[in-house]
Amino acid sequence: MKLSIPEQELITSGHLACQGCGATLCMRYALKALGKKTIVDIPACCWSVIDGPFPHTSLKIPLFHTAFETAACVASGIRAGLDALGKKDINVLAWAGDGGTFDIGIQALSGAAERNDNIIYICYDNEAYMNTGIQRSSATPYGAWTTTTPVKHFKKMPKKDMVKIMAAHRIPYTATASVAYPEDFIKKVNKAKEIKGTKFLHIISPCPPGWKSQPNESIKLAKLAVSTCYFPIYEIENGEKYTINKIVKNPRPVKEFLERQGRFRHLKEGDIAQIQQNVIESYNELLKKAGIEEEVTVKAKSE
Amino acid sequence: MKQVIMGNHALSYGAMISRVQVIAAYPITPQTQVVELLSELCADKKLDAEFVKVESEHSALAACMGASAVGARAFTATSSQGLALMHEIIHWTVGARLPIVLGNINRAMAPPWTIWTDQNDSLSERDTGCLQFYCQNNQEVLDTVVQAFKVSEKILLPSMIILDAFVLSHTSELVDFPDQKLVDEYLPPFNPKYKLDIDEPHTFGGLTGPDGYYELRYKIEEAIQDAKRIIVETGKEFGEMFGREYGLTESYKMEDADVVLVASATVASTARVAVDELRDEGKKVGLLRVRVFRPFPSEEIRELLVGRKKVAVIDRNISFGHGGIFAQEIKSALYNSKNIPPLWSYIIGIGGRDVRVEDIKEIAMETIKGDEPKKDIIWKGVRE
Repeated sequence: MKLSIPEQELITSGHLACQGCGATLCMRYALKALGKKTIVDIPACCWSVIDGPFPHTSLKIPLFHTAFETAACVASGIRAGLDALGKKDINVLAWAGDGGTFDIGIQALSGAAERNDNIIYICYDNEAYMNTGIQRSSATPYGAWTTTTPVKHFKKMPKKDMVKIMAAHRIPYTATASVAYPEDFIKKVNKAKEIKGTKFLHIISPCPPGWKSQPNESIKLAKLAVSTCYFPIYEIENGEKYTINKIVKNPRPVKEFLERQGRFRHLKEGDIAQIQQNVIESYNELLKKAGIEEEVTVKAKSE
Repeated sequence: MKQVIMGNHALSYGAMISRVQVIAAYPITPQTQVVELLSELCADKKLDAEFVKVESEHSALAACMGASAVGARAFTATSSQGLALMHEIIHWTVGARLPIVLGNINRAMAPPWTIWTDQNDSLSERDTGCLQFYCQNNQEVLDTVVQAFKVSEKILLPSMIILDAFVLSHTSELVDFPDQKLVDEYLPPFNPKYKLDIDEPHTFGGLTGPDGYYELRYKIEEAIQDAKRIIVETGKEFGEMFGREYGLTESYKMEDADVVLVASATVASTARVAVDELRDEGKKVGLLRVRVFRPFPSEEIRELLVGRKKVAVIDRNISFGHGGIFAQEIKSALYNSKNIPPLWSYIIGIGGRDVRVEDIKEIAMETIKGDEPKKDIIWKGVRE
């Protein structure tokens, strides 16, 4: 049988991730696609810890730990340095969480994207500042509990649409992915590798301690994120050409995604109905952008 | 080759003859000519470097870090607010042991908005571990860029080349360009032992607890202490090759001086004229210019000041609540010695207020006439 996922492992056991950590699988798959000719920089995020304490490391590629807001610009510098030294065939990867991407790192990321620096930026999104103990970020969705959005004042603002922001920079490649679909993700990383310029990949990455979910349900949640249309899987070329890679014709109720996570436990039926409406509206908007005429609706009960 | 150039261009040409490979910079008055000229030099292929036109100073130094970490020689320049924005990354550059050279044009901090000179921007980076060279003329600016790369790449710490806003940055002076072949001999290509290398992958800057962090900091202190010797050696070697020798400090008419004025940067140039005039008037006054502020040349300063009758330190900076910063450093360097002279600590020229020969002569005369300083901090020329 031909394996669709490369056998090569560039991450070792002994890392410091929590049970059921999506971010660790994300890295594992990304490196399978990128291979040894890759240099990565990581700002403050779960991965600054997951990698392991000095003198240990769990990555078999060169890694530069950097300050919170500098993932993109350090990657730009690494690329400039490699270009100056004539080493042009090395992948430069910036690997950041949602806080380091949506919030504190957005300026440097926007700068790199506007210059179209030749880097791959991957944001693993667990929808809050998980490494510091579950504080809200601008990637935290409407309705979620975090330690800074307690249940009485759960987050009332919607998640920032980072993909739209990146597409507005008209970079050659922007894509979303889910850790539940490694083949799709690896295909996208491979595609990013072949494109010159700034590539932005956004991967949903379940976090059992932060989502208050079961560690053995991480993949299930990452699948439900897609099948409920909560986190659609698509790509945008040059900021214009939208392709949905996993078209969902009959979305499952978003409630199935929400009810498995303690962070949404406080939500009332009305709140859930609101989230459901928002999810479907966004998905229909996306379908339109991808040139698909039919709209979807959610049946009261899934099969 | 000799050419009349402004101080900012001396920084750019210094970077050019040092054959920098990556430049990342963001514009700020009064630094802009540094990056404008470097952009042109890169565009005209007179300088074979990658220029990353970043969106902030913070990203400028961070991009230099990435470049330096793969083994490329990296340069940036900034001023004032821009340097303050870089602060976090100056610490990171030091901890990551990356020998980046950065030019800083001394400009006072806002508010109120101002663009004129004082030293509070660079001196606020005192405790980062970044070397600091205060230059007195454009020749020294150009020469120091080359020397700073040599020193930094030996000890693996960054260097800051500092020049006064407008007084030096926008003043044109005759500058001798060292022969490129000799510069290449003096400053060989940057080839660090550890770098981001796909053939020998390492992780840099990983989580370190109290067990290891302490020793890593001790090693930085060891390196920056050792820099004193290396700065003197490289300054001497520079002198042998190019005819201009540099050290940690510079003494002027110090041999028999009873009263010593201590100054830095362009204030020291003005003070030299004041010393000449005072000597003509029969006063035994000398000048000690502090060129290198970090590492602080405590040993040299003790040798030069212990046993003198009086010292006046002239600071174009203020540490609010404790006074002139060079004065503090000099006092602390002298503290454990016997026979310490009384020290007058003068503040002058903050925010670019002109520092005239007369002002410095007044400072010298007040010091000569007084038995001891009446105040810990003396603000010169404050208007009612």
